[in-house]
Order: sequence, then C-alpha cells, then structure tokens
Amino acid sequence: MTVATMTDWTRARPQPGWLARLFDYKPFLVVACLFPAIGLLTVFLTYPLGLGLWLSFTDTKIGRTGQWVGWDNFEYLMEDPQFWSAVFYSVFYTAVATFGKFALGLWLALLLNNHVPFKSLLRAIILLPWIVPTVLSALAFWWLYDPQFSIFSYLAVDVLGIREKPFDFLSTTWPARWSLIAANIWRGIPFVAISLLAGLQTISPSLYEAALLDGSTAWQRFRYITFPLLLPILAIVMTFSIIFTFTDFQLVYAITRGGPINSTHLMATLAFQRGIAGGELGEGAAIAVSMIPFLVVATLFSYFALARRKWQQGEAND
Amino acid sequence: MTDVVKVEAETPSGKATVVPEQMAWDNKARRMVTIYLPLACFVIVLLFPFYWMTITAFKPNAELYDYKKYNPFWIGSPTLGHIKHLLFETAYPSWLLTTMGVAVGSTVLSLFSSVLAAYAIQRLRFKGSQYVGLGIYLAYLVPPSILFIPLATTVFQLGLFDSPLALILTFPTFLVPFSTWLLIGYFKSIPYELEECALIDGATRLQILRRITLPLAVPGLISAGIFSFTLSWNEFIYSLAFIQSSEKKTVPVAILTELVSGDVYQWGALMAGSLLGSLPVAIFYSFFVDYYVSSLTGAVKE
Repeated sequence: MTVATMTDWTRARPQPGWLARLFDYKPFLVVACLFPAIGLLTVFLTYPLGLGLWLSFTDTKIGRTGQWVGWDNFEYLMEDPQFWSAVFYSVFYTAVATFGKFALGLWLALLLNNHVPFKSLLRAIILLPWIVPTVLSALAFWWLYDPQFSIFSYLAVDVLGIREKPFDFLSTTWPARWSLIAANIWRGIPFVAISLLAGLQTISPSLYEAALLDGSTAWQRFRYITFPLLLPILAIVMTFSIIFTFTDFQLVYAITRGGPINSTHLMATLAFQRGIAGGELGEGAAIAVSMIPFLVVATLFSYFALARRKWQQGEAND
Repeated sequence: MTDVVKVEAETPSGKATVVPEQMAWDNKARRMVTIYLPLACFVIVLLFPFYWMTITAFKPNAELYDYKKYNPFWIGSPTLGHIKHLLFETAYPSWLLTTMGVAVGSTVLSLFSSVLAAYAIQRLRFKGSQYVGLGIYLAYLVPPSILFIPLATTVFQLGLFDSPLALILTFPTFLVPFSTWLLIGYFKSIPYELEECALIDGATRLQILRRITLPLAVPGLISAGIFSFTLSWNEFIYSLAFIQSSEKKTVPVAILTELVSGDVYQWGALMAGSLLGSLPVAIFYSFFVDYYVSSLTGAVKE
C-alpha cells in the first residue's frame, strides 16, 4: 500500500545505512520483532509442553534417561488410590472454591458499585490479598490454623466459650480440606471482585432507569440487566479462576504439603511430590499431563463465552 | 446466596431514583445494613491475616504463646528481635537480593519481548498476525504447574540448574503472554494516523516505535512492568524446583524451606519474614494502584 510509494520518497534523501534499511524491510522487521517473544515461549513453554507429554510415557528418573514404556505410568496411576484422591480433591477444591469466590466476589463487587466514600482506598485495600506473595499469606494462614495457638480457637474456647477444645484445623482430612479451601477463597475474592466491578461499571445506568420506569423489582433488574451484561466478563474471569485454582500448588504446599496422610494433595502437589521430590520424573509428568483434559474443557468454556459477547454487547468493541 | 444478591441488587435504585424525602431515614438505615455493614465485614476478613502477620512479627515470644496473660490482639512490648534475627542470623538479605534481581531481570526481559511482539502483531499487520496473537493468548492458559517437571529437565540440559538465570529465563513464559496482550490493547488505543504521518515524514518503523508509539504507551508499559514485577516476585513453583542452594533461593521459597525447620516453628521469625517479603510488593503496589486496577481489568476485558 502506501508504504511502497513512501520508500520511493525516502530514496531521494541521503541513503540510510544497510542496517537501517534492513530494519525497515517489513518481513524482516516482523520476524525480528516476534523473535524474542516467540523464541522464549518456544524454548520454555512449547518445547517443555511436548517434552512433558513424552516424559509421561517414559520411566525417566532424575539423573537417568528413561525408556519408552507406553501407557504404563497411566495404568499405574489408574490403580493408585492416592492419585484418585488427588483428582477428587482437585475437582472438589476447584468447584467449592470457585463457587465461594464468585458468590462472595460478586457480592463485594455489587457493594463497591454503590456510591460509597473512600472508594478508591477501599479498592486498594481489597486487592491486597491478591498482591502479596501467596506463600507468605499462606504462612499467615498456617499460623492462624495452628493447633495450639490458633486465634480462632482462643476466641471460641476462652472468649466465647462455645467450644471445649481448640479447633483441629489441619490434622484430620476434612477439616484440613476445608481450611485450605477457605484460604483459597480468601485469596481469590479480590481478583473476582475487582474484575467484576470493572464489568459492572460498563453497564449503562440508563438501563436501570428504564427498568425502574417499567416497574421492575430489584431482583428483576439483577436477573435481566446486571447478570446478562456481566456474563461475558464473568465467564472469562471464571475460566481463569478455574484454571489457576485447579492447578494451584502454593497454598497446599505451604500449609499442609499434602498431609495429613496425603489427603489434601492436589494434582499439582502430587506431581511435585512424585516428580521432583521423589525423583520419578516420568510419573510426575504423567500426573501433570492428566490435568490437561480438565484445562482444555475450561478453555473451551472460555472460547464459547467469548463468542457470545459479540452479540450480547451488540457492537464490535474489541 | 440468591437472597443476598437480591438485597444487594436493590442498591442501584438508590442511585438511579430520586428518593422521596420521608424515606430518607429508612433509606439511610437500610444502606447501613445492606452496604456498609457487609463491606466492613469484607474489609476486616480480607485484612485480618495481614494484621495478624504484622503483630506476630513484633511480639516478643513470651506474649506470642500466652493469650491468657496478654491481650492477643495487641502488642504489650513490641520488639524488633525477630526482624533482627532474620536480617543478621539468616541469609535473608541475600534472598531478598536474589528475588529482587530475578524480578527485575525477568520483568525487563519480558517487557522487551512483549513490546516488540505486541508492536508486530498490532501495528505491522502481517498476514496471520491474529493467529500469532491467539497463540500467545493460549500460552497464557498453560499454567506453570503442568510445565515445571519437563522445564526442570530442560533447565538441567541447558546447564542452568540452580542458577537464578534459569528463573529469569523461565518467568517470561507466564509474563510475556500477559504483557503482550495488555500492550496490544494499549497500542490499539493509539491512533494509527500518527504513525502514518511519521511514515510520510520519512521515519523508519523502528523510529516510529521509539519516538511515537512507546511514549504514548507509557501507561501500558508501567502497568505491564509492575504486573510482571509482582508476578515474578510472587512466583513459587519454578523457584522451588530449579534452585537448590540455600543462598540462591527467592524469598517465598526460602522462608518455607529454610526457616520452617524442626518441630517447633519460630512463628515470630516466620511472620517477620513474610512481612518483609510482602512489603516491597505492597509498597510498590501502593504507588501504582490505579495502573494495577487498569491492567487487571484491561486484561480481562481484552
């Protein structure tokens, strides 16, 4: 297009050096610009992804090249109750934590969408749990969940007197599982709330005014205006949230390390335990690869949600 | 949950309608119950762990383990002992330095690559650019948890095992996709006419990028930069898997693997370490809150 004629114009000027001309040659420039990003992603993302697939079909151990063993790793995992317990807990953890995060996050976003004083300060405070390194806040939770010195136990036993014994947060299966989910919800609320708040703010107030004139109830306004218009953003945020909750590692590793008796292992922590700590790279890779089908489902969900937003918003605002 | 949402959904009406005057008191009380009270609860719950972390870090051990004699929610005689222990008797300063170096290095590297990539995808408009964009977006959906095992072997093959360089090179796998998408959005908002003018005036493409596009995209660059910095500061699983020697660990990993030892946890020191490790990002964050919010929400909207 115009570029071609432009170059004729520049010819009349003092010739730029060959290097400058090379960098003005579009195909070369495109390749040169994309090279660092694509190069990094290929070497450290695409290649390891393929390598991971391959490793999951070998019996590689740390320090020893593996042999191709076909489906052995997966067949072994199929019969491993610990693996199934990790799959179950990963799904359970993701489902409950996502539900909690979105219920509370949506509520918080709706609260913040009101006219409240110190709104930007509030927003800044609310994002804090999301900014601070997860492991470090997980340590704080670990301390809050301490069997002897938990402040919750102190409050319940000595102040309120509603319990005889201190809470037993982390030493038995189900309390430990719920405690981890609570920590995950705590950490996830800010992201959900702030993203949904951004979505809420794009909804035009005139829609609510029109609905009010038509005599709608509050529930109808939420159901037929807020929710449908929020759905596209909700779907995207939820996809990200599901993916990163399902593959969560830090919280569990920091608080319980998979205990008590391996009951709180997520697939990621189990993969780490077997693959890196236990040295069975092949088996660990197989566990990691087993997460992929779940992630693909979540991503497809995102894709179809994205496809929906065009007609919902009625304009090409992308 | 539904009834909660219902109550809250009523609140836009307070804004949208002119409320009759006789309702004013009732409305105020209702606002108190439906908005301020839940909001206060949220803030308390979200901040409580930090409060607890902070007061634990400054409590002397005697108060720390005796709730009966001392009020657990306050510090009787604050001490800097835990922090002093951390700074002078552990390798904490070197962990901080490593973390800082890795975070800065990987941020610079990924900003550099994503600026160029975003410029190529959004402005050079070559054939198939949207597929490259989509590919980079998909890369964002690949979580570190499924990559760390093969990546550990890759890092080992490259001879980078136990070297902070491995972290600087691998963190961009999750930083570049995010930053690229953020910057594509920012570049999109810059009028293309500006670049066309420059082309007519005989500027080369790289001059355009340097003199026109980048200065206009500074807010985007800052957003991407602070975001990358925080994400690399907070990264855990790669640092845990690729670094072995104690002095090269990053703060999150080191606190968990070096300070947690034995059966008796030094909660004072642990919380002091967490506090010190959170402070840099928290301070950084407080300067750039608005960029943060815009990058977070911008990335979601894209």
